[in-house]
Amino acid sequence: MSIFHPKGNWFRYPTGAERLWVGLALAWCLVMSITMPWWHFQGKQNAPQNSYTVEVSDFVGKAFEFAETNKVGEINGVPVAEVEPGGDGYLLGSMWRWYPILKLKKDQTYRIHVSSSDLQHGLSILPINMNIHVLPGYDHVMTITPTTSGEFSIVCNEFCGIGHHTMTGRIIVEE
Amino acid sequence: MSTETIKKSAYRVCETTGLNIFKKAEFFTKANAVLAVIFLLIGGIAALTLALTRWSNVMLLDDVWYYRMITLHGTNMLVFWIIFFEMAILYFASTTLLNTEVFSKALGYISLVLMSVGAIMTNYIILDGQADVMLTSYPPLQAHPLFYLGIILFAVGALVVCFNFFATLYKAKKNKTYEGSMPLVTFGATTAAIIAVVALLHGAAALIPTYFWSMGWAEMMDPGAYRLLWWGLGHHSQQINVAAMVSVWYFIATLSTGAKPLNETVCRGAFILYILFINLAAAHHLLVDPGLSSEWKIWNTSYAMYLAVLASMIHGYTVPASMEVAMRRKGYNKGIFGWFAKLPWKDPGFSAVALSAIIFGFIGGITGVTLGTEQINIMAHNTLRIPGHFHATVVGGTSLAFMGLCYYLVPLIFQKDFYLKKLARIQPWLFGGGIVIMSFGMSFAGTYGVPRRLYDSDFSGANLETGFDSIAHIFLGVLGVGGVIAFTGLLLFIGLIVAAVFFGPSLKGKRMPTWQSEREQKMTDELISKGYEVEGEDYHAKTPGTIGLVIIFLLSFAIYYFANWAALTDLWHIG
Repeated sequence: MSIFHPKGNWFRYPTGAERLWVGLALAWCLVMSITMPWWHFQGKQNAPQNSYTVEVSDFVGKAFEFAETNKVGEINGVPVAEVEPGGDGYLLGSMWRWYPILKLKKDQTYRIHVSSSDLQHGLSILPINMNIHVLPGYDHVMTITPTTSGEFSIVCNEFCGIGHHTMTGRIIVEE
Repeated sequence: MSTETIKKSAYRVCETTGLNIFKKAEFFTKANAVLAVIFLLIGGIAALTLALTRWSNVMLLDDVWYYRMITLHGTNMLVFWIIFFEMAILYFASTTLLNTEVFSKALGYISLVLMSVGAIMTNYIILDGQADVMLTSYPPLQAHPLFYLGIILFAVGALVVCFNFFATLYKAKKNKTYEGSMPLVTFGATTAAIIAVVALLHGAAALIPTYFWSMGWAEMMDPGAYRLLWWGLGHHSQQINVAAMVSVWYFIATLSTGAKPLNETVCRGAFILYILFINLAAAHHLLVDPGLSSEWKIWNTSYAMYLAVLASMIHGYTVPASMEVAMRRKGYNKGIFGWFAKLPWKDPGFSAVALSAIIFGFIGGITGVTLGTEQINIMAHNTLRIPGHFHATVVGGTSLAFMGLCYYLVPLIFQKDFYLKKLARIQPWLFGGGIVIMSFGMSFAGTYGVPRRLYDSDFSGANLETGFDSIAHIFLGVLGVGGVIAFTGLLLFIGLIVAAVFFGPSLKGKRMPTWQSEREQKMTDELISKGYEVEGEDYHAKTPGTIGLVIIFLLSFAIYYFANWAALTDLWHIG
């Protein structure tokens, strides 16, 4: 009984159905344990592997410089910056916008540096639903290759104050 | 037994179980349970307003109060309600089940004061609008110092209870108040207490420096380091919940069906796996964080988490299997699932625990392990899929199991009977059903990328417009409906408990009225007394029904897991 004291030597190995289940459960856990590292080497979707510590002011400066030198247009007052295929782009999260709007080409690979100038933010690309965490003081580098084209939204999914639900941005992917 | 050496006035003999209930410990069990239910009510009211705000067609609150209510809800539910209740369990499991009085009455009072003051302080400062930082309070977001201080005081109080618990175990062992090993339920409670100490120390490491920072005495902690430490509190406390919940499963399985653990070694081994491996599972909150290497993430979420998952899968078999054996011994041998239909479904304690195990395993467990995979987390981090998962573990699992325990706690410890027993019988279904519906709504809205902790899913007022597919809004409506049903179940629970505890018919000197037929109860009693005698002997038993159930579980798990990997291939390439 679970509420009484087991008497005598209660140690014994599982038998019968119980042993079968422990074995099956362990096998399943091993399958899951192997799948994750296997995908790390073979899969195309992994959590960003590069990040660096950075001074907040340095990152903000880089993001503004990037937006200015690569500016190809403007939407609602937000600059649209085209990233060179294979090159580096910057995306700054701050209360409450993602800056600048990025213009990418389908099937090209980019290194997008993401950080915050103030609070923690959550980068969420919609509608494809890709999410990474953004911390001030960390340059989080996403190496991404858009495989679909069109206009994608960026929203914030980490609470960042009262204007949190107005924090949006955009990524434009051309064919 | 050395009960003779204890003063007769220090305890009473339970009319139902024959166990000795010690008066000091009984007081602390009651006090902590009552406080738990008060904070459950506060958290529950906040929950209703949140569900009615996320429901896009209703949007009850304004933005300020929405974020305030999330902070209030998270803090009261995940910290105050659940830990107060666990403290009640620790007092019970270390005294009655070990046949000893609590180690120190003074420490009991000190912890009650610390925890109450802390909880009130934190609630006050949240409602006063000076701590709109969510439960997680990630810096650089800063709350009023009282927010951190309140949680710190509460945590110190909980640590004092854990100390009192361990001291009681030591005292019982030293005074030889019981023979052999401690009962399984106490073993599970000990597991919970050990994990609680680890969790609370992590909490101290995260929150004390943050409190100093809010006072202007220290620099801000690195936001990444804070997340790592905070989740050492945030996730480990979910493991306290799991260990306490599984102990409740075993406890109610025995009392309601006469079940006896099939194999003490396996059950206890699984608890030990929790202690050893579950700690690192906190890493799966940081899977898409900067500052941590892939190696670190994969290592901590694979080997460590999966051995803890193994433990839960073992309990998920041993609990129903022990019931199956008990039911078959009562003569319910028809077919593979005949015993399952004959389980005491009319007993709300039992049905709450059965639903708890099903919701925890099939919904909470499967989604949690899958979302805690490094790569799949890209599609889940901070979306509604996360609360969709943890409301199935911590609410449909732990809170529902604790509610089930209350259907035994009130007659056995408070010695009061329930009114409106028909309503009590449907309460677990109402609450559990509501949580399941809500969890489905959250999870499916989350697959569209709808964030958690977001006031307006239409992003009105944003400079660059965006929004979600109308189907996502339908799922937000499902979330709202489920939330309302669950709240009704919660209110019914509190109503029944309050009516019984304060105004219910006294059961002093009486047996607990059975929820089953007298004939059933007699068979259960017989099994309980018999099981005690044959403990330790080989107990080989066939459990075809439970094996069938767990195979269905494993198939559902595999389908959900691989379906998520398949969905992952639709994403852009990222690395």
